[in-house]
Amino acid sequence: MAQATASPITLTINGEPHTLTVDHRTTLLDVLRERLDLTGTKKGCDQGQCGACTVLVDGRRIVACLQLAVATEGRAVTTIEGLAEGDELHPVQQAFLDLDGFQCGYCTPGQICSALAVLDEHAAGWPSAATDDVRPEAGPPALTPEEIRERMSGNLCRCGAYVPIVQAVAKAAGQAAETTEESAA
Amino acid sequence: MTTTAQPPTVGAAHTRVEGRDKVTGAARYASEQPFDQLVHSWLVLSTVARGRVRKVGEEAVRAMPGVLAVLHHGNAPRLTTDYASMLGAPDPTVALFQHDRVPHAGWPVALVVAETPEQAREAAESLVVEYVEEPHDVAFHAGRPDAYVPEDGGAVATKGDLEAELAASSVVVDASYTTPEQHHSAMEPHAATARWEGGRLEVVDSNQGSMWVADELAKLFSLDPSSVRVRSEHIGGAFGSKGVRPHQVAAAMAATVLQRPVRLALTRRQTFAVTGYRSPTAQRVRLGADADGRLRAFGHEALNLTSTLRPFVETSAALGRVLYDARAHHTVHRLVDVDMPTPTWMRAPGEAPGSFAVESALDELAERLGMDPIALRARNEPAVGPLSGLPFSSRNLLGCFEEGARRFGWAERDPRPRMRREGRWLLGTGTAAATYPSGAAPSTASVTAEADGTFTVRISAADVGTGARTALTLIAAEALDVAPERVDVRIGDSDFGPAWVAGGSMGTRSWALAVTSAVGELRGRLALADGEIPPEGITARTDTAGLLAELAKKERHSFGAQFAEVAVDVATGEIRVRRMLGIFAAGRIVNPLTARSQLIGGMTWGISMALHEEAVRDEASGSQLGADFASYHVAANADVPLIEADWLEDPVPDDPVGIKGIGEIGIVGVAAAISNAAWHATGVRHRDLPLRPDRVLRAEAEAVGD
Repeated sequence: MAQATASPITLTINGEPHTLTVDHRTTLLDVLRERLDLTGTKKGCDQGQCGACTVLVDGRRIVACLQLAVATEGRAVTTIEGLAEGDELHPVQQAFLDLDGFQCGYCTPGQICSALAVLDEHAAGWPSAATDDVRPEAGPPALTPEEIRERMSGNLCRCGAYVPIVQAVAKAAGQAAETTEESAA
Repeated sequence: MTTTAQPPTVGAAHTRVEGRDKVTGAARYASEQPFDQLVHSWLVLSTVARGRVRKVGEEAVRAMPGVLAVLHHGNAPRLTTDYASMLGAPDPTVALFQHDRVPHAGWPVALVVAETPEQAREAAESLVVEYVEEPHDVAFHAGRPDAYVPEDGGAVATKGDLEAELAASSVVVDASYTTPEQHHSAMEPHAATARWEGGRLEVVDSNQGSMWVADELAKLFSLDPSSVRVRSEHIGGAFGSKGVRPHQVAAAMAATVLQRPVRLALTRRQTFAVTGYRSPTAQRVRLGADADGRLRAFGHEALNLTSTLRPFVETSAALGRVLYDARAHHTVHRLVDVDMPTPTWMRAPGEAPGSFAVESALDELAERLGMDPIALRARNEPAVGPLSGLPFSSRNLLGCFEEGARRFGWAERDPRPRMRREGRWLLGTGTAAATYPSGAAPSTASVTAEADGTFTVRISAADVGTGARTALTLIAAEALDVAPERVDVRIGDSDFGPAWVAGGSMGTRSWALAVTSAVGELRGRLALADGEIPPEGITARTDTAGLLAELAKKERHSFGAQFAEVAVDVATGEIRVRRMLGIFAAGRIVNPLTARSQLIGGMTWGISMALHEEAVRDEASGSQLGADFASYHVAANADVPLIEADWLEDPVPDDPVGIKGIGEIGIVGVAAAISNAAWHATGVRHRDLPLRPDRVLRAEAEAVGD
């Protein structure tokens, strides 16, 4: 008996379930772009080297080009299309727009998804290669431009928008910190 | 049209009109438009560097699941390829599947079309192509005996006796520089979808000029120009690589054969092979000066490679014809033919590698003279074009240096090298001049006054990330004296008529002139209509060919001064750029927000060129080693410090636009400024790019060994 080369799966994308039969070789990236018409997630290299296809799976950033669709069943996928609340942009999106953190816009969805994860990873106290003191008792590092540059380095931008990207992430981080302080007060 | 005072449009910061679509993922790029009955294709590239295709094993592949067609030289439709387009002779790669010759590794030899991308890929990777191999040659280096001066009017420019002036000089610099093969690496790989619709060939593409691509496709397929439509609304970067390339031709061929919509998205690896690149260069600069720094001799010889198919000149020796005068001034370009793909324009073609050599040599001359590098440049500031004798339309290079020096803190710099140390780092600063031509080309545009009080501009322009659409919106709004929100600028559609491409830093300048002159026409028509606008609106259309023909012949260029501070760890060879400042005189700045991004983006390219980018050619196979982002390094976020870019007022009195291009000048001079800073930090000169750790280590070892 020939082995099956395709299987029916249900993917949860931006909170919506999608049931479809996929070729086992199909990546999450290609399912999003070619099957579900969610083309906001970009294909820059298709081999995990540029970050353009960054999405969040169960809240963590991954490159969708290296994730097989069949292995994504039962996990919550968030793409760039799932960030804004109606007409209201997510603060990270708004910061990228206001500070011109992009030019051609092709790496932008991946940058924004990465930035969201950077803010969460930092809030969770994760150090980076740019962190001077990684001892737990040192506490979480300040999210300096150097920290942001390091943490955003998995996302290439060939137009050269890194300077405003760092500024946009810093701005969004500042807003997030303010919101946290307000809710704590 | 209202005459009430509007807030400033041109000159005020404005976020991108398509920005919201880009940050939400709603902007659709070339491979993202849905089509009924769409099929997918995959290109097969030659694995040999020279020879003939003996056999394409299509039978086995045709039997694979989902496969619809295998196109190759034995069965592909015939094309007309001996034409000239608005940018001259076509790139040789567009002559797709027309013969069995393989002129270089990565030459397209077949296209596989299938129902799904997975099926197309599997079939393409299974396709067995047999070759008759011939010996190949991809070795590029200075001093090749077969180098020749191309038959191109601009290849040579001379005045005076160079050897005599060198002999009479108090100080002479004679130095050789190299720059490596570099690739555009736009984040969006080239992609096109082609279909026949209503008797027309329609192509959704990613390009720098939809009219350019439509015109060439019509010529290639011997179609009436009106029966080809090319659209390219959002483009994920281009940098010179997104002209007419195999992807549009292959998709159009397959759509013609199958009569279904066909998509071809190049893989990242394929973009390295078939979409052009910047040739490596080997350059020799000879400068001779009097003791006071005045140049007696300026000599620049630049060698680059080209394919065996077509000469392509990387005009590295051109910028000296603008920047510096000397009694004897000799510049020449030479080529060597090898079995490699044809190079093409890449951001600041000529000026980018040329400025590395010239601006490094100027720094060496300043050192030998014991002069400040900025003072040396001031000493040699020409009053008119050094070779043309024509006046400059505007030239404020020294103003850029003065403002830059003030803001960068240049006066506090100790000119002696290797004087600053901070922990494991040696610190240094460097500077360099920048210039880029400010051209304009004929374009057409239309402006429609709509019945609802809004305005629609149509122009076959391309926004490759430059902010051109936003700039044109502001320009149209200013000319119409209305708020930008009432202006809808539509671009990227060949049906809008002929227009210049997004290239040569000429796009926004050329298109702005077309838009403002169309608005002028419209004002006249509206006056006649006496305020009555019919439901279809009132449209005015113009062509700027006449206006541009009247423009006085002058030296028209942008200028700038680049400053860099670097830290060098001579124990590891690592170089970090700590800060950069660029001050530019680039005409009227339309949108400060996006203009700053453009300039900083160019400077970021300069860092990448100085420290990272280098494609390595394997002489044994003739292929590029590691054609991917793991081996071809472009600057990542952590490589780029805070970069500042700013500009001076730069009025151009006789110019009908006043805008100069800013897409390319940002990269010019940066690699030299960084290399000069590395010398200042360590006392060692680097004349080969990129400044790799191993080169820094070797230089240090040699310096210590001296």
